[in-house]
Order: sequence, then structure tokens, then C-alpha cells
Amino acid sequence: MQGSVENEGRTGNDGRADVPAGVDPTQPSVARVYDYYLGGSHNFESDRVFAQRVLAQMPDLVSVAQENRAFLRRAVSYLCAQGVDQFLDLGSGIPTVGNVHEVVHAVNPAATVVYVDHDPVAVTHSTELLRDVPHADVIGGDLRDVRAITGHPLVRDRFDRRRPVAVLLVSVLHFVGDDDGPADFVGEYLADAARGSHLVISHASDEGRPDASSAQAVYNQNRSPNRMRMRTGAEVEKLFGDLTLLDPGVVRIPLWRPDSPDDVRPGAELYPGVAGMARKD
Amino acid sequence: MGGDRVDPAALAADWTTAVLGTSYVSMNRRDLRRYLTGLATRLVASFDAPEWDRTVAAGVGRLMVAAHFTDARSLERTLAVVAEHLAPAGADRTSRLAALQGALAAGYAEALRERTLAEQERISMAAFAARVAAEEARWASEARYQAVFAGAVIGISVAELDGRIVQVNEALCAMLGYDAGEIAARPIYEFMHPYDTSDNWRQVREMIAGTVDHLRMEKAYYRKDGTELWTDLVVSLIRDQAGEPRYLVAMVEDITERHLLQTRLQHQALHDPLTGLPNRALFFDRLEAALEDEYGVPGVCYLDLDGFKAVNDTLGHDVGDQLLRTIAERLRAELAPEGHLVARMGGDEFVVLVEDASDPAHMRRVAERALETVRRPVRVEGNEIRVSASIGIVGRDQGGSGAAELMKAADTTLYWAKNDGRSRVAEFDRDRHRTDVARFELSAQLPEALRRQEFFLEYQPLVRLCDGVATGVEALVRWRRETGERLGPDRFIPLAEETGLIVALGRWVLTEACGQARRWHDAHGGERPLMSVNVAARQVREPDFVDDVRAALDRTGWPAGALQLELTESDVMTAGGGPLETLGALADLGVRIAIDDFGTGYSNLAYLRTLPVHELKLAGPFVTGIGPGGRNGRGGTAGTEAVLSSVIGLAHTLGLSVTAENVETAEQHGRLRSLGCDTGQGWFLAPPAGPARVEPLLGRPLPRLRRSPVPGGERRRPATG
Repeated sequence: MQGSVENEGRTGNDGRADVPAGVDPTQPSVARVYDYYLGGSHNFESDRVFAQRVLAQMPDLVSVAQENRAFLRRAVSYLCAQGVDQFLDLGSGIPTVGNVHEVVHAVNPAATVVYVDHDPVAVTHSTELLRDVPHADVIGGDLRDVRAITGHPLVRDRFDRRRPVAVLLVSVLHFVGDDDGPADFVGEYLADAARGSHLVISHASDEGRPDASSAQAVYNQNRSPNRMRMRTGAEVEKLFGDLTLLDPGVVRIPLWRPDSPDDVRPGAELYPGVAGMARKD
Repeated sequence: MGGDRVDPAALAADWTTAVLGTSYVSMNRRDLRRYLTGLATRLVASFDAPEWDRTVAAGVGRLMVAAHFTDARSLERTLAVVAEHLAPAGADRTSRLAALQGALAAGYAEALRERTLAEQERISMAAFAARVAAEEARWASEARYQAVFAGAVIGISVAELDGRIVQVNEALCAMLGYDAGEIAARPIYEFMHPYDTSDNWRQVREMIAGTVDHLRMEKAYYRKDGTELWTDLVVSLIRDQAGEPRYLVAMVEDITERHLLQTRLQHQALHDPLTGLPNRALFFDRLEAALEDEYGVPGVCYLDLDGFKAVNDTLGHDVGDQLLRTIAERLRAELAPEGHLVARMGGDEFVVLVEDASDPAHMRRVAERALETVRRPVRVEGNEIRVSASIGIVGRDQGGSGAAELMKAADTTLYWAKNDGRSRVAEFDRDRHRTDVARFELSAQLPEALRRQEFFLEYQPLVRLCDGVATGVEALVRWRRETGERLGPDRFIPLAEETGLIVALGRWVLTEACGQARRWHDAHGGERPLMSVNVAARQVREPDFVDDVRAALDRTGWPAGALQLELTESDVMTAGGGPLETLGALADLGVRIAIDDFGTGYSNLAYLRTLPVHELKLAGPFVTGIGPGGRNGRGGTAGTEAVLSSVIGLAHTLGLSVTAENVETAEQHGRLRSLGCDTGQGWFLAPPAGPARVEPLLGRPLPRLRRSPVPGGERRRPATG
């Protein structure tokens, strides 16, 4: 699951609203590149070329993406078990397999899922996929614009603000620079939410991983779909603000509540990403 | 059939381990193993089946892809694990194993190809749909832009960086009077206008270079018909996607009306509506600008028409206005061509600014020419009007550095010209100005001085010459300023008369003097001393004066008969109507009236006869002409004495008694006594002094006269009045 924020790396132009980011198949898109990491074919030549450049720096990125996707599945399963039945998935990307609504609806077919992405292709694709799926929708939007998203008619319509909601920011905040004040707008999503609401974050991290730093550098070059800002576990913990961080806290992604010890493969303690979940009490 | 049976569970366990992590599959290990156990069971069953059915293995291959085992490594490892578990089952089954592997791989490849094609199809469709949506949005935006562009009230043009105009809208065409083709053929540089500043075009160049993104200016254009178009122009730089300057977009608002109105208002604000001359505001602007040049010596001629009010009053304001217009135009025609600014300050006041007044003679010539110009007769509605003007001139080197200061000096100088008899030029005189300023300051302090009781009285005895007895006093007012400085009446009485403060001051003097006389009499009894108080013409003209006198007498309890009011000869002679009645009323009250300084004016004794006057006070020159050193006119001492003698005689004939002032020597005293003068006053007899020092002198012969024998000659009976 991958989404992104406004494209800064490509042209730096704030002029005409020409072709929106993601619509031009000759330019790589964060969502499609991620689909490629996951073995999907929802991608174009430009996406694959860019993905190969990143993979050259970080060959195990494919398994990294898989682990992150597995974390999403575990986190959503946990939330369903807690009785949470409203999910806002920010930066949802291209639907592949094991999407949030699939995991959720397997447990509770009446639960609500709203996907948000700023990539028009991802949104169009998701719309098509969800055409016949009840209780699941997708909207286009920039996750930094909290008011626009929480005020979107579909979000207002689908969600009961009096009951807990889960806000998912999985593998997306490393595409938000510090200038955008991520801690502030993330906090805004939960500011008016009911008690018992949850915030889920997974985030790329290059702590102890020079190859991750190199991969980040590729994202920060020209012809990148988006600039990247990896953060340490401590930095990610701050993004949760004053919410109650649930066990085991912010940890390497494979170590967050594995289904069984067997699922934890060697090298998990140096996995280049961290995750955590917090609750509003 | 032979060999060991294959265990599907064992196959699934190894299979799980082999493919885990090769592809992204949304299952944990346990679920995956369960899923693969199902597939393994089918494979084993198919392998062992009597009838070979390739579709089972092919279906397993398809199900792998369905679980998203999309990486080729997943298939590779699957085939290896399957071979590992099925091969030992028997060599005779080799062909069946190969068929199974083949079918599985074929099913997998088929499904993967379908999946890939489907996903490619979906993403392409999504991209296409998103692109269509984006293009629609762009088209809508473009359509909106076109609508705005075409329908805008403001003019819009788009130009290339080389200045070529590529697009203009209807509004701009209408403003300039050209059609779109005519404008588009010309580069923006052809729309330069003489009013453009070099700064305007420098900004445009900076914009083309990309250092400036927006600029705004007021700019003029020529329309096709040659008339002027004033605009509020905003130019924005449009950059391409790489941020390089690409187009200049100009938005033009027609502000011609506003501009003309502003220009007109500006002219109105700076010009006099009656004469069209620059007004006071513009004059001061120009004067200040001239003064800013520290080496420049500007000067001003401040001109005021003489008797203009009379023209207005007698011939009417229309004629007055016409006269002003004519004179204004003549002054402008005469002086403006030489670079002098002629402005109207208001009313009938004009001013000429001479930029270079370093030569005083030149300034005077300018002023004289202005005078001559004003003096030329003006015909208005059949009247030939002749007026003159008074002019004050002042240059920067005399008048001070600031515009206000300079104009104040010019105003003062103009006042001198008026005061010196009009129709003339006065030049600024620093000393005279300083004196004026000092006088003005002093006069401004008078009211406060009165309030703070800084005035006080001294008294000079009036001595009966026949026996040397001090029969009365003249009250003399003094001013002790806060600084301790003591001023005589000559310094401040004229100022008090000018400002009118004399009325209040006179009232105080009268009351204070009568009160003092009353205290003396209360202390010693005997004959009441005569209290003589000076009165100014201005006081007598006050309608309440008689009441004021009566009130002072009432308040102090001093009888009218013991009060004498002194007026100067000229005040009495020129008094007519009301003041004469006032004098009559005072006389009726019993107050004595004395003519002060008699002999300095016309000394019309015949006229005096008709007035209610009791006493003549002879002016100083009469007395100082007596004795050695006396050089008073023709005939020397003897002549003076003869005049004096006849004046005294005449006065007595008219029933007036006579007081001689300025008696300063024993000889003067002796002669006056022998001439039959009734009363003497002067330093020889007694100087003015405070009440305590005067008190012991009253009602008795002065000590110094007790020893001096009365000179010979007959004693005349003093006249009583």
C-alpha cells in the first residue's frame, strides 16, 4: 500500500495545472512503483525503470514491501477484533491483494472503509475495483489537507463521528517533508474523533541501514515520483502525539505483533521500517 | 502402480517453506500452509489417479497466481518441491511427473499472463480515464479562461518575451481603437509613451530576465486616433514548467477619466479659481523648493492693494472681482515671462516669488514694476478704476531660512509699507522687525501682567506754587515684570491702547488711585488731596466709562470733586459725539477735567472754551524753555516766557487753572510762580514715589520751598473751575 503527496521532485513548477501527477504514464508514480515492488502489473515502463533503480540500491526492498503489507493486514485484523468498524486509509495507492476492505469485510461485512489517494490513476483504478463492493469507497485528495478530507461529503456521509474510527497512515508519511508539519496534521485527524479511535502508522526508516539511505537518495533525485524523508523510531513516535501508544510501541515492522514466531524471519531487527498503533482514550 | 504413497501434508510443509517470501501473498505462514495443503492434496490425487487429467495440475498453477504468487521464483521452487516429493514414487511415473509439472507450469503461465494482461488493461484504462478527466478539467479551465479573456472589461494581452503580442482581447482593442490584427502585428515596445519613465521599461526588462514576476504602473498610451489613454497596468510573468520565463500577460484598466479628474483636481487644488493664478499652496511649494537649494537666494514681494475694500463697497463685488482678475493677469503678463511666480494669497493679496534675489536692487525693480502695473487704470463696466498697492519685499538672506518665517517677515514689511503711507515699497529691516517683535511680545504679556498684579502706582505731588503746599498728586502707572525689570508707561501704555487692554488697566488704576487718596485722607484728615489720573482716548470712547468712574468713586468713597482726569489735547480735540458727551457727564458728576500736554498740538484755546475743561497742564517744552540754556524757538527765553505768560493769562481768562509740568530747576519754579502759574509738578519739586514716601508731603509746604522765599511780583488769585 503506497500513496504519496504532491509531486515536488519532478519539475518544481507551480505554473499551469497541466497533467496531474500520476496521469502521465511517462512519469513514475509512487503508487504504481509500489505495485511493482509487490509483483503487480499495474505499472508502466517508467515505473519499472524507476523501481529498478531503487532496487539496485536495496535489493531486499521487495520483501520489505511484503512485510509492510503483512503489517497492514495484522493491524487491521487487530482493529476488527477490537470492534472498530470504520477505517480511513490515507495514501491507499493501487489496490493489489489483501486490501483493507478485503481483510475487514472477511471479519465484518458491514464495516466501512474509505480510501484516500492523491494519484488520479490510483483513484480511478480503485473506483473501478470497488464499483460493486458495498461499504468501501475511494476519494481523491491530499492527505495534508485534513479539512478537505474530513469535510469530504463521502467521508462525512459514511462515518459516524460519534463512534471510533481507525486512521491508517501506512507507508506514506515518509513522503511528507518536515516543512509540512506532519505531527500537526496527523493530530488533526484524531482531534475530533471519538474515544477508542486508533491511529496506525508505518514508516520507512534507515536507522542502521545504509542501503535504505541510498534508496532514499534515489527518491530525492530528479525524475522521482516524490521526495522521501525517512524517520527514526523516535521521530515516528512523536507523530503519535499524546495518544496512548499500544504495545509493543514503535518497533521494526516485522516485530509488531507477529502472528507467530515462525513469521519473524531473520534480519527483522534491522528491517528498514518501523510501525506502531495508538489509541485515543 | 507401485512405490511409496506421497504425503500431501509433508509436501505442503516443504512447499510453504520454499515459496514463502518469493511473492507477496496476503496470508500468514499458517494460512499459507493450509492453502498449499489443499493444492498439494489435489496434486497428489491427480498424480495417483488412474486416468491422467492435466486440468488438475493446470488448475493448481492457476490457483498459485490467484494467491498472487506472481514471481517466477515461486513457480521454480514449486516445481522443485513437487519433483522432490513425487519423483521417488517410482521411475515408471516419470512421464506422469513430467506431465504434471508441465501442466502446472502451463496453468501458472497462462494465469499469470491473463492476470498481467488484465492488470495492464486495468491500469491503462485507469490512466486513460484519469487523463480524460484531467483533460476535461483542463478544457473546462481553458474554456473558463477563454470566457474571462474574451468577456473581460479590463484589457488583456499576452506577449512573447521578444515583445511580439500573440493575443489581445476585445476590451483592449476597444480601449486603444485598434483591431486585434493591428495590435498583434506590433511589438509591445511600439506602445511606448512620452510619459513613460525609464524605470517602467527597466522593470519590463527585468521581468523578461525573470528577476521580477509582477509589476504595476500607471501608464499612458496613444489611441489610434491620437488621443491619450491612461491605464492602470499590471504585467505578470508566466513561466513554463521548468520555471523559465515564457509569456508576459498585461492587464490594462482604463483610468483615463480618473486620471483627468485627478489632474483637474490637482490643478484646482493648486490654483486660485478667481484669477487662475497659482494659489497659496502652490506658492509655498515653490518657495520651499527654492529654499531647499542652500545656495539659492529667493525673495518675495508681498503685495496688497490699497483701498480695495472701498472698490468692493462702492462698486460691488462683481467689479471688485473683475478688478482682481485684471490686475492678476497684468501682473502675470508683466512678471511671469521673466520666471517670477505670481500667486494670489487670498483677498487682495498677491505675492511674487523671485528665484534669485541676491541683488537687492533687482528685487526693488521687480517690486516697482509690480507697483506700476497695479497703478495702471482698469476699466470695469464703464468705471475707470485706479488703485495702488503696498509691497513688502524680503530676501532669504534677511528673512530667515524657513518659508513660514520668510512670509512672516514679508507680511511685517508689507505692514510697514501700509503704515508708512501706502502705494510704496518697503524693504525688510531686521532691527525694525526685531523691535516690532519685542513690542508684540510685550503686548502679549499685558493681560497676564494685569491678572498677576504686576502693575503698581507711583504718585508725583502737585504743588501749589503760591505757598508750596502739595495739594494733590498725579497717579503714574508702572510695570514690574516677573523678571524684576521696571517699565515706565511710555513702554506699555501705547501697547495697551492698541490691544484695548487700556480699558481694564485704566479701571484698575482709577480704583487703586482713589482708594489710595481715601486712605491718605482717612489717616490725616484735613483738606482732600486732588487725585489726578491719566485717561486714554480709547477709555473715554467706551460707553461704560462714566459708569466705571462712578463705580470707582463709589467703591472707594472718594468724592468726585477730588478726582481729576487728564486727557491729552489731541484726544480731546479729535473727540466728537459720544466722547464729548462723556466728558460732559463726568463734569456734571463733579470730576475735574484736565488737558494734558497742552501746547503740543493745535492748542486751540477758542475751541477749549466750549469744552467742560477745568485745567490745562502745560507740556514740558514750555517749561524747559525757561531760564539759562532754554532754546525754545524764536526769541529765546524771553520769547518763551512771553508765550507762557499769555497762555496762562488766556487760561485764567477762560476760567481754567494751569499746571506746569517738568519743573526741574529753582529758576523754572521761580519764574512760573511769578508768571502766576497755579500749580507745578516736576523733579525739582518732588519726584514720583510710592505712597509711603509721598504721604508725609501732602497738605503742607514742601520742605525745600519753606526756606526759599517767594519771589517778588504780584500774586494772582488762582482760578477755580
